[in-house]
Amino acid sequence: MDRRQFLKTSTVAFTAGGLGLAPWRRAAAQASPIKIGLLAPLTGVVASGGKEMVEGVQFWLDQAKNEIAGRKVELVIEDDASNPDTALQKARRLVEQGNCDMLIGNLLANTGLAVANYVKGTGTPYFIPIIAADDLTQRQRIRNVIRVAGYSASEFTHPLGDWALKQGYRKIATVSQDYTFGHEQCGGLAQVFSEGGGEIVQQFWHPLNTADFSPYLGQLADLKVDAIFAMETGADSTRFIQQYAGFGLKGKIPLLMAMNGTDQSVIRTLGEDCEGIISPAHFAEGSDNPVTRQFVRDYEAKYGKIPSLYGFSMYSGIMWVAAALDKIGGRLDDRNVFIDTVLKTELTGSPLGKTVTLDAYGNPIYDVYIRKVVKRGDGKYWNVPITSYPNVSQFWTYDPATYMKQPPYSRSFQGIKKA
Amino acid sequence: MTQRPMQTKSFAGMSGRAVIAALAAVAAAAALPLVLTNYQVGLATEILIFGLLAMSIDILAGFAGRTSLGHGAIFGVASYVVIYAGAQAGLPPAAGLALGVVAATLLAAIFGWLAVRTSGVYFLLLTLALGMIVWGICLRWTEVTGGENGLRGDVRPAFLVTHSAFYWAVLAAAVAASFAMWRFVRSPFGLTLRGIRDSESRMRSLGYNVSLHLFIGFTVSGFFAGIAGALYAMFNDFVSPSTVALAQSVEGVLMMIAGGVGTLFGGFVGAAVIIALENVVSAHTERWQMVLGATFILIMIFAPEGIIGKLRAMLARHTSR
Repeated sequence: MDRRQFLKTSTVAFTAGGLGLAPWRRAAAQASPIKIGLLAPLTGVVASGGKEMVEGVQFWLDQAKNEIAGRKVELVIEDDASNPDTALQKARRLVEQGNCDMLIGNLLANTGLAVANYVKGTGTPYFIPIIAADDLTQRQRIRNVIRVAGYSASEFTHPLGDWALKQGYRKIATVSQDYTFGHEQCGGLAQVFSEGGGEIVQQFWHPLNTADFSPYLGQLADLKVDAIFAMETGADSTRFIQQYAGFGLKGKIPLLMAMNGTDQSVIRTLGEDCEGIISPAHFAEGSDNPVTRQFVRDYEAKYGKIPSLYGFSMYSGIMWVAAALDKIGGRLDDRNVFIDTVLKTELTGSPLGKTVTLDAYGNPIYDVYIRKVVKRGDGKYWNVPITSYPNVSQFWTYDPATYMKQPPYSRSFQGIKKA
Repeated sequence: MTQRPMQTKSFAGMSGRAVIAALAAVAAAAALPLVLTNYQVGLATEILIFGLLAMSIDILAGFAGRTSLGHGAIFGVASYVVIYAGAQAGLPPAAGLALGVVAATLLAAIFGWLAVRTSGVYFLLLTLALGMIVWGICLRWTEVTGGENGLRGDVRPAFLVTHSAFYWAVLAAAVAASFAMWRFVRSPFGLTLRGIRDSESRMRSLGYNVSLHLFIGFTVSGFFAGIAGALYAMFNDFVSPSTVALAQSVEGVLMMIAGGVGTLFGGFVGAAVIIALENVVSAHTERWQMVLGATFILIMIFAPEGIIGKLRAMLARHTSR
């Protein structure tokens, strides 16, 4: 074999490989349409939630005839594969190659945190209706990362702790998936409940994707507690609820869950096992508010299922952004003006049926429902509000500055007050 | 990067022609930021980094006959240490970078010490298990690693903040590391690794300490994976358990196989093909992983020796005619 020729060929091959990148280039985006980059996990462990996220956005855009503030909207959807490295790469692609005016989406906290860290450098507005990591709107706040129509993890479990005290519960045990989202939600409940005189008897942390809960349920049954708080997502939640009933604990020890535990994405596949579970949330698909009713009806008519948290949040999130864009006539040339406007915009007309504002840290203030899973006329189960806490911020009743001096909730810090 | 031929003497072990070809390839690579957009320069940077990872795996797989499924963990540990040193401990970037590479090398030494006694599928499984342990630690040791959320920090030095500047820095590192790896596998020591690959018992009867040689080979390979991981930390300014996960190791191995086992520089080709595919295909369909899978199957059927290996074979046939 001729060495020279070999060299030539492989050099050519490599150069050609390098130039192969060139077709990916796209001419700079034109000024006319508003380009929105939507990041959602369409593959990977949370793919089903990701698909509902896309549905939520498209549902709103369909109703708005694909126009915001008189400008056409170009929605660019990218799959973050439930993986932070991929999310980061896709965010770069949307911003640097797609010239998107803003990003919205992501489901898993780690993907959201990765993208947030990236947009901190680029200044791109980034909206996170699903990402709940407390610190993104608290200790490590980034100005252009705004939780429109989302919630911080401990925001709803604070009032749940208060509600539990009012029910006369004095002893609670918690069981939760062992990751930040779980630590933060349990922490919210544990802090308020213990400060009000309650006792957190024991906390169990189990890995994600636990198939068999019997070791935990066995111990929980023996603890003689007044209620159990469980923080589960996705398939873990389905299994937990089934096994809780299977162990005969349903109806014996009241079960409180985080809102994601009884989300439609979980309970729409469950039967009577899920009946009666209590959870706190800003959205209750079974609310008798006429606006909520209408939204649920329309969504069901279009997609054949009761909307989940994912569909609702993305729908309201894009609505919020659009309301802000309306105010400034769809002009995006000054991002600072846009971000300021979003922060000052109130969300009206969302499926919540009431006005929502953002606090000074870019996190919404909600009326928080305490919901109960009940059976609907047609045999499907949904969450119906039984009481509500008005104007709950992510800081509950604490002073924001003092609150943020305590460490973020983690496995080792749950804010539990020693009796 | 081009394939440097086996040739002795002249300059640094390369023939005059090889030097020219190598310089031309490096010059072409260095000119890329002038013609590409920022995003593509970012992709090119990623290709160089993963090319290095694939090459480091090839040192073991192609030259010592031991395919490691633990290199993603070694790579990721370097990323973790760089971010931790920069963001939490407040060390300067250079110190962080050095610490990251040292940590990866030490981890590789531990992996190597445990794994060199095995070969074949046992080696594969042992390195897989060791990698999973690292992943588990990164996931559960929340106080240090940030758990599922990972760690964030701006660890890239100020003068490397632009896409092009960072690309050139990575290119320089990649050229230096590739040259070092190329010299390493062609050194007398590298030849003993090949001897072990071909016949372990013969090497033993010739008086070589097979375990020691494999241990050193593993550690050196881990050192280079560590360089790639440290650069990756600076590229992303972020690290999470998915960087040390099994999928990362598998991706590195796949890139190496796609490029060609035992071709060393095939790593860059494999990385380029896979990263390009991921990005082009995912823009068109959410089933991009399926396309990727099909591509691998096709490569395995029609070019089991990898892209570079296949090109070489075709050229050999062409010239012998």
